[in-house]
Amino acid sequence: MAHRMALTGNDSAAYALKQINPDVVAAYPITPQTEMMHKFAAYVADGDVDTEFVTVESEHSAMSAVVGASLAGARTCTATSANGLALMWEILYIAASCRCPIVMPLVNRALSGPINIHCDHSDAMGARDSGWLQIFAENCQEAYDDVLQAVRIAEHADVRLPVMVCLDGFILSHTLEALAVIEDEQVQEFIGPFSRPDNLLNTDHAETFGAFALQNYYFEFKKQQQDAMDAALDVVRQVGAEYGELTGRSYGLLDAYRCEDADVVMVGLGSTMGTAKQAADDLREQEGLKCGVLKVRCYRPFPVDELRETLAGVSMVGVMDRALSFGLGGPLYHEVRSARYGQDGPMLNFIYGLGGRDLSLDDTRDAFRALAKAKQDGQTAPAVHYIGVRE
Amino acid sequence: MAELLNKNEMKIGAVAEGGTMSQLNTGTWRTYCPVTDFEKCIHCMICWICCPDSAIQVKDGKKVGTDMQYCKGCGVCATECPVDCISIVLESDIPEGGQKG
Repeated sequence: MAHRMALTGNDSAAYALKQINPDVVAAYPITPQTEMMHKFAAYVADGDVDTEFVTVESEHSAMSAVVGASLAGARTCTATSANGLALMWEILYIAASCRCPIVMPLVNRALSGPINIHCDHSDAMGARDSGWLQIFAENCQEAYDDVLQAVRIAEHADVRLPVMVCLDGFILSHTLEALAVIEDEQVQEFIGPFSRPDNLLNTDHAETFGAFALQNYYFEFKKQQQDAMDAALDVVRQVGAEYGELTGRSYGLLDAYRCEDADVVMVGLGSTMGTAKQAADDLREQEGLKCGVLKVRCYRPFPVDELRETLAGVSMVGVMDRALSFGLGGPLYHEVRSARYGQDGPMLNFIYGLGGRDLSLDDTRDAFRALAKAKQDGQTAPAVHYIGVRE
Repeated sequence: MAELLNKNEMKIGAVAEGGTMSQLNTGTWRTYCPVTDFEKCIHCMICWICCPDSAIQVKDGKKVGTDMQYCKGCGVCATECPVDCISIVLESDIPEGGQKG
């Protein structure tokens, strides 16, 4: 049976990891993730889990350790933020290409500089091409639910890729929320045992892991990764539906909120989508603006077809980016635009919240109003708004 | 060279059969070559431990040679040898049929 607990985002992910009871966890502390592994280390010390917890000397080593353990047949997890993720960079690609189903909560934080510890998505955006699945949580409940589902998705025979569960630093990681958790036995039944078809420690059938592959084979391995990403779209949906049967909370690739009859729709990631839903409700009620919100839950693989379908009849679309691809603009904006190729209407890009700059409900309502005004004015050119920047 | 595998025939994750290096002669990368003076060798096995290519051949607890299919001539064995019984020479200076390893 489910019961309710008051947990922060960090604690909710740590609690999910406890229930998963991974074979190996290797981690290094970094704000704002630190509390999560701090909590998990307490579960280890208290004997609540059987996990081999490796306190490594850096994030590069953390990721290397879980790659090795994963190849040796262990169910593995780690967690990090921002600069820690940057230090894992080389091994992120190796984890994905070695097809290690590692689950990693990423507590989103600005990637320096200037040095900053607060939320934005610059860390996750840099890793979007690394071959990891990326799922963004809107609240602490989703962070908990996503970590549990991530195990199933990562280990699915059609996928076998690592999964990053992104949750906004401080906004979620340090915010207490009452959420529903399921029992340990239900989690174990849901995730099932982990096994891999090959195993580094199988001395009866020795194989080469992390083999050298040159011009004649490398490309085929990369296409296999792309095929697995394509297959993951269905797996994310299936696992989300199955999780819904178990808990009453179903998940898909996207979360469309009041989009059916919307004149303007705001697309985005993470906790801001909660604020956007409130803003949409307010504006529908108070100003008669038909606003909708489209949360991209699964950012990698990017759900192009479903996104096109959802936005097909919408004449004015805005995209909120908590990151910048310098010299281009908002990364999500450009991907949504690309996915909507051939569909009508210009799109507005709202860059916001870098380095944890607060995005208020007022700011969000203003962004919707800007969309509505652009629609009313018959604006045809795309435009970029930097919310709250002094210039 | 065997016909190249299609991506659907390949194991995912670049996992390959074991022992693939036995099909390659990487010893051809060598410029320098170790030469062991077996009169001086005390069979301490330090070279066997240190060799990054596991090329030191041992039989009944004694060093008997070096596997030149794998030896790259890096010289670690010579540096670590406690009795200086391994010399490193330019391979091109070794006459036809001369001792290698």
